[in-house]
Amino acid sequence: MSKSKFKNPVVKWIDHRLPVFSFMDHELNHYPTPKNLNYFWNFGSLAGFALVTMIVTGIVLSMNYTAHVDYAFDSVERIMRDVNHGWLIRYIHMNGASFFFIVVYIHIFRGLYYGSYKAPRELLWILGVLILLLMMATAFMGYVLPWGQMSFWGATVITNLFSAIPLIGESIVTWLWGGFSVDNSTLNRFFSLHFVLPFVIVGVVILHLVALHRFGSNNPIGIDVKGTQDTVPFSPYYTIKDLFGLSVFLSFFAAAVFFFPNFMGHPDNYIEANPMVTPAHIVPEWYFLPFYAILRAIPDKLGGVLFMFGAIAVLFILPWLDRSPVRSSQFRPIFKVFFWILLLDCILLGYLGAMPAEGIYVILSRIATAYYFFHFLILFPLLPYIEKTKPLPISISEPILGGGSPASAFAMREKK
Amino acid sequence: MIKSSSCFFPNNILKLFLSLIIVCSSNFSFAAGEKISYPQLKWSFSGILGTFDRASQQRGLQVYKEVCSGCHGMRLLAYRNLKSIGYNDDEIKAFAAENSVNTINDDGEVVERPARPSDKFVSPYPNDKAARAANGGAYPPDLSLIVKARPDGANYLHALLTGYVDAPAEKKVPDGMYYNKYYSGNLIGMPQPLYDDGVEYADGTKATPDQMAKDVTAFLAWASEPEMEDRKQLGISVMLFLLLLTALSYFAMKQIWAPIKNQ
Repeated sequence: MSKSKFKNPVVKWIDHRLPVFSFMDHELNHYPTPKNLNYFWNFGSLAGFALVTMIVTGIVLSMNYTAHVDYAFDSVERIMRDVNHGWLIRYIHMNGASFFFIVVYIHIFRGLYYGSYKAPRELLWILGVLILLLMMATAFMGYVLPWGQMSFWGATVITNLFSAIPLIGESIVTWLWGGFSVDNSTLNRFFSLHFVLPFVIVGVVILHLVALHRFGSNNPIGIDVKGTQDTVPFSPYYTIKDLFGLSVFLSFFAAAVFFFPNFMGHPDNYIEANPMVTPAHIVPEWYFLPFYAILRAIPDKLGGVLFMFGAIAVLFILPWLDRSPVRSSQFRPIFKVFFWILLLDCILLGYLGAMPAEGIYVILSRIATAYYFFHFLILFPLLPYIEKTKPLPISISEPILGGGSPASAFAMREKK
Repeated sequence: MIKSSSCFFPNNILKLFLSLIIVCSSNFSFAAGEKISYPQLKWSFSGILGTFDRASQQRGLQVYKEVCSGCHGMRLLAYRNLKSIGYNDDEIKAFAAENSVNTINDDGEVVERPARPSDKFVSPYPNDKAARAANGGAYPPDLSLIVKARPDGANYLHALLTGYVDAPAEKKVPDGMYYNKYYSGNLIGMPQPLYDDGVEYADGTKATPDQMAKDVTAFLAWASEPEMEDRKQLGISVMLFLLLLTALSYFAMKQIWAPIKNQ
């Protein structure tokens, strides 16, 4: 560490004893980043922004919220009506959850398309899947807090899933509820966990970043960085690009918050929870719909639960299911086609999750579920044996300079 | 966004991702599985720039007071909130004082006092059971959030209030139930509330059922989202700021990246 790095004497004094400034300088300023990243690499920082937004708005909301079955619904309405700009804070938090999932899902599909989960980034990927799981638990419990009809019945349906566990299932559900139905104790513990889990997510995000900075970002052509000619310092190149991405993201986000705040919610959640009245269709929030479709596609309760959790579990072992040494789909013609099929399959599952579980929807859910698992468990391991990958460029800087092999140069031009 | 991405990434992939977002999020409108379609009216408060029509809201308050409030409460609304639909302090005070609320006096006895602007709208029944008992077992829902709590709430409400027609011959309507062509299942516990000249409007507007339904819907839409006008107004400023920020950061990015791109 050179002594002349910082000019400010206070900074210099602190940094000599506690090298936080050197750390930030190294990780956020000089941090070498591949220079060919496309806009899909914006979504990681956007997810981080969304997490911070959720925590800040959530803390303010919690100052005005009452976690009690008799007061929860009205306390949320008090935030909407009487707390200064309470409506803004709540709508940011409410829509923020949806936008957080949009960003994270795009981030995940980017990782799938460009093979970002492959060696040496397996742990980076696994930590990411862990964040997804924690996000789902947090979002589910957060949705219960306003104590509307969907809050209550969603909580009832999802917690009841655990009763499918043989022998001890019923006892586990009673334990989760803290009673014999979803009630005040359930609401209290969900509030407590909804408050604390985001900080657990922050912890895992830090590990995710440590793992990321070990080898640096993957990139659209998926080959390793060969030297400084392939990279640019993170700042200003990617700080400005992230700022631009953030502005675009915020424009969409603000449009939702200010003009369509309830578009992604369900009207029934503006009816106070009533254990005596079941809504006609109990639908989870949109970001759970693909998993909900898988749950309902399996005719057996325990089977449905296992497949639903299995849909996440396969993601944990993904780095070992896909044995192809080539990362990016740009050089894997068959894999690329199946990537889009998988994406469409997930969208179809999401659609089916919102439909009633009857008739053609059930059959389609089964086909879509079967494809999901086929894709990861059978296609991924087998594909490297049949797929002929395209020749890889020699380095990142060559195709950009136009000096790569003719094939890859054409491939790049086609994309433009 | 799509255009500027072309230098980095194929357009079609970005478009597909965008359509993923749109498809995912548009599931909900038809998630409830409602099969009855309502007339789609043009409301002054719909759209990005929509605002409430004060005159219509005030007429709607009158309809609520004279027709609906006999059975339906508005427990989340306070009398003081009426200021934002154009009433002054004295009018609100007088309006509130027409109702009475229970309070405990210094001797510990429950006594009645006139309601104040700071009080919430007084509900017609002391509790849910009393409400049910007085209405043949059917619970008249609280209307504070009714427009937000129904899919396509404003159109639904207007349709429901004007949807009382003679039942088809084959449909049996049991005692205490009424036929409504827009209600799910067509049998509703609420008798037809709006008739010609059911209220007498001070501004001379003719009180047809359709007009009254529109007015009370405008009033209830505001009660559901009292922040709507502030929200949209702030939204316009925020969007303008963000568009500027997006443009500035875009050109700053282009300038910073120019040496790398031109290598």
